[in-house]
Amino acid sequence: MTATRRDFLVVGSRLLVMTAATAAALEHVLAETPEAVSTYKTAEHWWAMIIDLDKCIGAGHCVRACKEENDVIDEPMFFRTWVERYHIDMSDPDHPIVDSPNGGIDGFTEKYPEDSGKTFFVPKLCNHCKDSPCTQVCPVGATFVTEDGVVLVDKEYCVGCRYCIQACPYGCRYLDPRTQTADKCTLCYHRLTRGMVPACCEACPTGARQIADLKNPKDPAHEYLRTHKMQILKPQMATGAKVFYNGLDGAVR
Amino acid sequence: MPHVDGFMYPNEIELQWSVLIVLYPFITGLVAGAFILASLERVFNVQAVKPTYRLALLTALAFLLVAPLPLQLHLGHPERSFEMLFTPHTTSAMAMFGFVYLWYLMVVLLLEIWLDYRKELVLAARASRGLKRLLYRAITLGSDNISAASLRIDDRVGRIVTIVGIPSAFLLHGYVGFIFGSIKANPWWSTPLMPIVFLFSAIVSGIAAVLLLYIAISRLRRATIDLVCVDTVARYLYYAFLVDFSLEMLDLVHRIYEADESFRALDFMVKTRLFTSQIVLQIGLGTLMPLAILAATQLLRLAPATRIRLYVIGSVLTLTGILAMRWNVVIGGQLFSKSFLGYTTYKMSFATREGMLPAILVMLLPLAILAVLIKLLPPWEQPLALANQADAETS
Repeated sequence: MTATRRDFLVVGSRLLVMTAATAAALEHVLAETPEAVSTYKTAEHWWAMIIDLDKCIGAGHCVRACKEENDVIDEPMFFRTWVERYHIDMSDPDHPIVDSPNGGIDGFTEKYPEDSGKTFFVPKLCNHCKDSPCTQVCPVGATFVTEDGVVLVDKEYCVGCRYCIQACPYGCRYLDPRTQTADKCTLCYHRLTRGMVPACCEACPTGARQIADLKNPKDPAHEYLRTHKMQILKPQMATGAKVFYNGLDGAVR
Repeated sequence: MPHVDGFMYPNEIELQWSVLIVLYPFITGLVAGAFILASLERVFNVQAVKPTYRLALLTALAFLLVAPLPLQLHLGHPERSFEMLFTPHTTSAMAMFGFVYLWYLMVVLLLEIWLDYRKELVLAARASRGLKRLLYRAITLGSDNISAASLRIDDRVGRIVTIVGIPSAFLLHGYVGFIFGSIKANPWWSTPLMPIVFLFSAIVSGIAAVLLLYIAISRLRRATIDLVCVDTVARYLYYAFLVDFSLEMLDLVHRIYEADESFRALDFMVKTRLFTSQIVLQIGLGTLMPLAILAATQLLRLAPATRIRLYVIGSVLTLTGILAMRWNVVIGGQLFSKSFLGYTTYKMSFATREGMLPAILVMLLPLAILAVLIKLLPPWEQPLALANQADAETS
């Protein structure tokens, strides 16, 4: 194959653009190296997550990324995030059929014919509640809400009583059998404080999961929240949940 | 992996609180109930129950000493449990356990027992020799003044301690109910009735346990059973049980009538997974049967031997029912998904840290402790010093 001058120019300019983009990205990444953590000010952030259910295709990338990033034990009863598939038959809307095979880690195989009702996916994770019941009940204060709105567990302090697991209305906690302490989603706090997004958001192929800094007006999440009708899970629990869903069906629990 | 019907959130599939956490409210309930029975004599001056007074106190102490054990066995990090006392989280109901427990143990129970036995302890220390003398002297805490004036003070202080003890016993067990009742995430637990239902079931189980122990120990000692005493205790058991049953029925009727979003899921659970433990054991065998038996003893003129036999059967059934109730609360509250879309199963292991074997041992341990306490501090009318003399003569 012989390259024409035109081909050369097209490829060359593409390379040039890509190099420039990479360089810009690299600069961005370098600015968020661990050394930059000292510049992170907790008081300047208030973290939440946006999940656009219309975009979720149940690929399970988020579940895999979370397990790898956070060394979550690889068994089907331990998830910091998981994906549920809801199927609602219009003739019986009160009884949704829900499954989450191995937390949806390997995605979902086709199960329902297209005209049999509606089927959709719902990723779940800790809601990082403002008034979190798990924090309230912890007898030693090992579970706490950070100044920037993330619910964390101090593994050096947790006694492993599991009261927090009972108190979470969303089933987001488990006892890590390796450490015998409570474990849950940290919103990838180690990444947030380095200016990176959580692993699940990064891995999502459709951009259904977006981290949102509610204290930063420049965060594009603000525009999204302003222009969409958002809902949280189990609002009647009054926990101040901070995972906001777009397109949440009333059947989801 | 446990068998799941329908859908559970993945992290819910395994139960978090095991049979040991079933025993925790059962044991503290026995403590609170036994103490309430003891205070009947002391505060309300029901002389008829006097023969059970000391036995009830020692029973309460024996079970109280074991109460934290199932919790310790259950904790992921028992070595950190002292943090609950040193750095308690003030918004946590569970963090209060240590304080409520220590208050009850040190301020109420030990003090009351000590004041009640002090005279006999001093006499026993004087009458015995060697190690035994040292032991009794140690228990007197160096206080050997048993003048009439001093004993009057003991009695007055003892009465005050009992009066303080009644709300403390209420606090101890009402608090255990609050641990469950305050979890808004769990509709099976979350009801303001929970502390009061726990309290009355505690009184019921404590009275039944002391009644049973009194009859059993009297038989073992070949002593005559004080009929007026057992009749009176059984009557109180019956009254307390009626209140307890009414409260539980109120809870049930309220749930059925209100039929909130959780009702269908819980109703299905009661009719399937909890059928044996809730409908058969708790309500049928453990509540209606003993209530009928106790009612019969109140209404019919029965021979003493028959009455005693019925009291024994009634007490055993009552204790079974209350244990089943604790099981249904603790285990039942974890069998359904908080999504109300499915159910998991609980399979009790045997010789593991939270299995059936440690559960059995935890239940036997208070009886062993009680045996030692009875040996050390005989709860019978016979004074300690005489008992020691009799011991010395036979040996």
